Order: sequence, then structure tokens, then C-alpha cells
Amino acid sequence: MKALRIPVVELPKETEALRNEIRAFIKEELESGSIAPSCDSWLCGFSPELSKKIGEKGWIGMTWPAEYGGKERTSIERYVVTEELLAAGAPVAAHWIADRQSGPLFLKFGTEKQKHFFLPKIARGECYFSIGLSEPNAGSDLAAIKTKAEKVEGGWLLNGSKIWTSGAHLAHYMITLCRTSPQDINNRHAGMSQLVVDLSAPGVTIRPIHLMTGEHHFNEVFFEDVFIPDNMVVGKIGNGWAQGMTELAYERSGPERILSTYPLLNELTNTLIENKDEKGLNEVSKVVTRLWTLRNMSLGIAKLLEEGIPSSLIASLVKDLGTQFEQRMAEITRLLVSAIPSINSESKLEKLMAQAMLQSPGFTLRGGTTEILRGIVAKGVVKA
Amino acid sequence: MSEMQEMIMESTEKILKEYSKKEIVNEAENGIWAKELWDNLEAYGMLKVAVPEELMGNGGDQYDAFSILYLIGKYSAPIPLAENYIVNKLLMDLGESVQDEFITISATEHKNLFQIREKDDGWIVSGKAKYVPWARFAQKILVLGETEEDTKLALLPLDNAKIKEGKNLAGEARDEVFFDNVYVEEIKTKSVDIEEQVEKILYTGGLTRSVMMVGALENLLALTKEHISERSQFGRPLYRFQAVQQHMAQLAGEFAATNVAVKNAISSYEKNPVSKEIAFAKLRVNEAIEKVNPIAHQILAAIGFTFEHTLHHSTRRLWSWREEFGKESDWEQIIAKDLMNLNQNELWSLITNVENSSQKVDVK
Ligand SMILES: Cc1cc2nc3c(=O)[nH]c(=O)nc-3n(C[C@H](O)[C@H](O)[C@H](O)COP(=O)(O)OP(=O)(O)OC[C@H]3O[C@@H](n4cnc5c(N)ncnc54)[C@H](O)[C@@H]3O)c2cc1C
Repeated sequence: MKALRIPVVELPKETEALRNEIRAFIKEELESGSIAPSCDSWLCGFSPELSKKIGEKGWIGMTWPAEYGGKERTSIERYVVTEELLAAGAPVAAHWIADRQSGPLFLKFGTEKQKHFFLPKIARGECYFSIGLSEPNAGSDLAAIKTKAEKVEGGWLLNGSKIWTSGAHLAHYMITLCRTSPQDINNRHAGMSQLVVDLSAPGVTIRPIHLMTGEHHFNEVFFEDVFIPDNMVVGKIGNGWAQGMTELAYERSGPERILSTYPLLNELTNTLIENKDEKGLNEVSKVVTRLWTLRNMSLGIAKLLEEGIPSSLIASLVKDLGTQFEQRMAEITRLLVSAIPSINSESKLEKLMAQAMLQSPGFTLRGGTTEILRGIVAKGVVKA
Repeated sequence: MSEMQEMIMESTEKILKEYSKKEIVNEAENGIWAKELWDNLEAYGMLKVAVPEELMGNGGDQYDAFSILYLIGKYSAPIPLAENYIVNKLLMDLGESVQDEFITISATEHKNLFQIREKDDGWIVSGKAKYVPWARFAQKILVLGETEEDTKLALLPLDNAKIKEGKNLAGEARDEVFFDNVYVEEIKTKSVDIEEQVEKILYTGGLTRSVMMVGALENLLALTKEHISERSQFGRPLYRFQAVQQHMAQLAGEFAATNVAVKNAISSYEKNPVSKEIAFAKLRVNEAIEKVNPIAHQILAAIGFTFEHTLHHSTRRLWSWREEFGKESDWEQIIAKDLMNLNQNELWSLITNVENSSQKVDVK
């Protein structure tokens, strides 16, 4: 069962200074009232102002080479930064996707020109990306996508549509997975490519899809003869599927898969301590134990990824356990306090409960559903 | 893992494969001491790992000891190696040499201290300890007691003690030990702070059980994996069924989680034998059992419910060991005490192990 063993990470002492620097930064932002903690802030909390400040601090693209605006820090240091921001419930959604996966994708597969063009802007917290994978008839079965690009003089003509695209109405670009040759029933993953779509280009229409709360978070994005110049192809034509898959381990095992409802846990703990509620804290100790375990799993995978060890099985496993954990937080809270969740309550606790409850269905869907993840894990274990 | 560690693991595994076979595990349930297993571990120096040579040990560190215990759990080895290590640790920390005999420990009766009174050239001992692991096979027992002077850790010979045999859910010996005004000529005692010893026994014991449980979990996972790969129904192997896959993934998740939890607890142990990581680990491992045992039995269905199959070697041990050295509610209370002492917004510092010093940092 070697594939299921995750190493212990002892964070280097030096990271403590970095951690305290971030805590001081967040404290200042909280005190000045420029941000307020919220659940699911990495997907719902869009604040270009904050993203720019974080960029100025050097905390976006911080592992990238200096020539592209990076700071050449380790991925463990990046882990520290991201988990501190998430634990504080800071609105980091604007730059999150670009920092987590679009930037690394360019680094790995992009041309020099693309790297010089996109990465410094991303690192400054000024350039935002969205993920163009799902389509109306391709959800879990992503290989069923129909959006296609046809070769024309100097580039490609893109036609089709994407759906559920988080933040497309706010982002500048979308990395779009599309077909560049017709579907081959014997090799479903062949013939796909990744194109950078400028979301302000002619032929792109973005239509909001409102969440059940009425909020505008994700979108349907239509492409009608959108011209994509050749220099906006990422990596190799036809290699889109493989390229996209390499980023999945990063996408699935990060701290955002366990901390989406941490602000609620923090507030719940505050409340129970204030009420000297021993019974309540007994319950919370179980939650804290789970979180401690999950964090050690997620940290361990960050280390494996840094060492280049393939980890998609355990990354899927951590996302499954982590999102189940996030999802339960509101359920646990409501039975421990007399508060009633409400989005516009004056009480911090009630507000966070409402956010955690209302966002909870999404946790176990986005980035691969529970059922799909468990399928990956089970098949991986049987083969291991 | 160092080369030395790999060697230890390899020879331990070899011994276990040979001397902790199914029949031996089953026989132990009927009260037969797994002599060859114990003697071989002794011959290879495994009983005194993590004790320095000055104290008659064989050297090595706690990581080695816990790696061996992991295998004890994996192979359902019916011997009190964990108890042996706990006793070694307590003796060693008091500067005492470790012993050649097998010594067990009374872990549960710390509220009723053994009464030890001087009499002529010896001592009169009274006391009772319940649920003592493997007492019937032990030469001595380590107990918490008091003399007229103060509180002690005392090493008592079991020759004249009364023993009422009992067992846990896995059929492992858990006996009752009575000393009814027993005259003992020589006993070793050491003045100790009772609270401190009780805490150390609980945490060290808790960690030994957590590690053995994850070992048992590995076996359970391996048996389950084997079964779903080999057994077919409706013309295909079980693992092809989605419902089975969902079960299997959950088992894998619980194994990966508990595995990383105990590894983190082990690395904290050398620095602090009563660390919060141990509390987290025992609680997390205990909590896994409610999920894992039913899933394994569900997947193996009728064959896994038989005595003939070995799944129960692991599942019954998991049910037993989660009760020992702190069940969930015990550890919850311990952790909750730490939580109660936190200031507002300080939970994150506890989880990350980095105190909140943002006040001290210059904000530019
Ligand atoms: C908040 C949120 C944000 C999102 N953001 C983005 C984004 O930015 N970009 C993007 O491209 N997508 C995004 N998505 C889409 C997300 O990736 C899909 O919702 C997800 O992949 C599932 O697809 P689906 O919704 O079409 O469900 P379906 O695939 O239709 O699944 C429906 C149900 O059937 C189950 N199921 C399907 N296939 C199997 C199978 N083989 N075995 C067992 N069970 C199966 C699923 O688990 C699920 O329970 C987002 C989704 C959410 C909720």
C-alpha cells in the first residue's frame, strides 16, 4: 500500500517568519475593514484590490523563476501563504486559479513569449484566469467535449460553449480545452488542445448562471468564430488532455480542499470558549483532529509534488476526504449553538453558518465529484 | 528509512510471517502463549529496542520501536510487545535498567493505588487491577502505588498474586490481578508523581495502540483488495462494481489518513511523550473503526464473517484496541481542555503549531 503512504512534513523554522508576515498583513487588512472573513473565499471572494496587494508582497507565483516575476520560493512556502490566506477567509478568488494552475501550466508547456507576457502580470495580481472544461454534455465525462477549433490562416477559429465557468465574467482569460481534430472512438483522449481565450475578444459571449442563492458566480460562455492566434495555443496541438491532467494533482490536494469552511470552525470555537461550553468543545475536538490529519495529508502531498512524485491517487483521496469535511462543518455547528444561519445576520457566526450551508453542495462537485474521485482511488488501489 | 531501520523491519517481518501464522494467532485465543514468536523476537533483540545500552537495552530509537509495533498490528501478533515497550519506557525514563523478564502494566486502575507497607524485611502488598494485558504470562507487574512515605511506581512479582483470566474482543488476555495482603520480600520502587506517570502511560499506550491499529488496518485493506480482485459475481470481478469501488475508496481514505496521523504522532513523541499529536492520532484512528470494520465485513460478506477467514484477526483487534488507552470520549476531553484555554482566533495557531505573534511583527 505504498501508494497510500504520505510523508511527514516538518515545516522548516524559516517558514514561521513568513507565516507571521502574512498574519500581520491580514490583521492590518481586517482592522482597516478592507476585508472580512468569509467561507469559500477562494472561489467566491473576488477582490482585485486585495489580489494586487498580495501580488506586491510577492505572494503570487512565488515559486516561479524571477525572470517571470516569481520569487523562487519553495512550494512548501507557497503552501504556508495559501493556507494562511484561506484560514483567514480572505477574498483571494481573483488570482487563485491563475496562481494555482494557469501560471504553472504556462511554465510547463508555454512558449517563452507566453511566459514573459502572462506570468509577470499574474504575479502582480492583475491578470485573472478561468477554467474552461465543462460543457453542457460533458461534466464528469470530460472527454465528451464538443467545442472545437478549426485551423485557419495564422490561428484557429473556435466554436462551441463552456458551462459552469467560475468567474468568467471577471477574469481576463480562459484556458479552454477543445477539440482540434474529430473525436476518435478508439482513443477518446486524443485530438484535444488547450487554447488561451481572451474573454474580451469578438465572438465571446458570457451569460450568467445564478447559483441557488441568486449570486452570480459561474457562467455559460459561448464562442462564435472566435479567432485564436497561433501564439495562444498552450503546448502541443493534440496534447491538451495530458497537459490538463498534470495539473489535477495540484488542483485536488491543496489547502483549499480542506479549509473552505475554516472561518466557521474558528468562529464556532470562539463562541464555545466564550460560553465555557465543554460539551461543545468535545465535539469540536473531533473536528480539529480531522482537520489536523487532513492538513498533514495535504502538506505531505505538496512535498511529494515538489519532488516530482506522481500523486494523483492520494490527491483525489484527499480531495474526497477534505470536501466531505468542509461540507459537514455547517451541520456540526448548527447542533452545537443556538444560532440560526442567516446571510444578513449581524452575528458573525450566523453569517458564516449561512455561507457554509449554502455553498456546501458545490464542495463535493467542483474539480471532480465524490463518485468520480472514489472511482479513481479504488481503481488505483486495485492496481497498486 | 535508514538502512538499519530497514534491516529491523525486514527481520521482524520475517519472524512474524513464520511465527504469527493464522494457527498461532488462533491458538493464542485459547490461552496458548506464542512462545516461539516471543523467543525469536527476543533473540533478535527486538524486546529492548529504543533503550540505550547503558540501561541494558539494544539501542535504536522510538521510531524503530513503533515500526516494529506497526508490524505487530499488521500480523495480529498475539504477544504483549506494546506493554513491554511501555514498561521499558517508564523504567528508562526513571534511569532504571530494562529487565529480561516479561513485565506487564496496570493501566486502568490509577485511582486505586496499590498499598505497599513495610513488614519485617519485606513488604505487604494489597491492591487490585482490572483488564491487565497478558498478566497470566507475566513474571512481574508495574503498578502505581503508595507507601507510608509517598507515591511510587512499583515492580511487583506476580508469583503470589491471584489472577482471574479474561479477554478482550479479539481473545487477547486481559486479566484481573489481585494482591490480597501478599508478602513480598523484594520489590523495586521509585518515587514518582502519579499524575505525571498516569499521563505518560496513557499517551505512550495510546500511541502504541494507534500504531498497531494502523498496522491492522493495512492488513484489512490488503485482504479487501485481494477479495475484490479475485472474487467474481455476475461475470466480473467485484472491483468492477461501482458500489464496491465507493467502499474501497473509503477504506483507502481512512488508511491514508490514519497512517499519516500516527506518523506525525511518532515524530512528536521523542520530543514530547505527551504531545497533542498523540491525542489527535489516537482519536483519529479510533474514529476510523466505526467506518472501516463494517465496510470490510460488507465487502467480504459471508466468508469474512467466518472463523476460518483471517479478517476477524484484524477487525476484532481494531474493536478491542480502540477501547484501550483512551476511547474517543476520553481523548476528546483532553483535547477540549486545550481548546478551552485558547484565546479568540487562536485555534489556527494550535493547528499550525506556530503561535500568533503578529502583534510583535513590524507592520510596514
Ligand atoms: C461551484 C462550482 C464551480 C465550478 N466551476 C467550474 C469551472 O470553473 N470550470 C469548469 O470547467 N467546470 C466547473 N464546474 C463544473 C464541475 O466540474 C462539474 O459540475 C463536475 O465535473 C460534474 O459534472 P456535472 O455537474 O455535469 O455532473 P454529472 O457528470 O452529470 O454527474 C451527475 C451525478 O452523476 C454522478 N456520476 C457521473 N458519472 C459517473 C460515473 N462514471 N460513475 C459514478 N457516478 C457518476 C456524479 O458523481 C454526480 O453525482 C463547477 C461546478 C461547481 C459546482
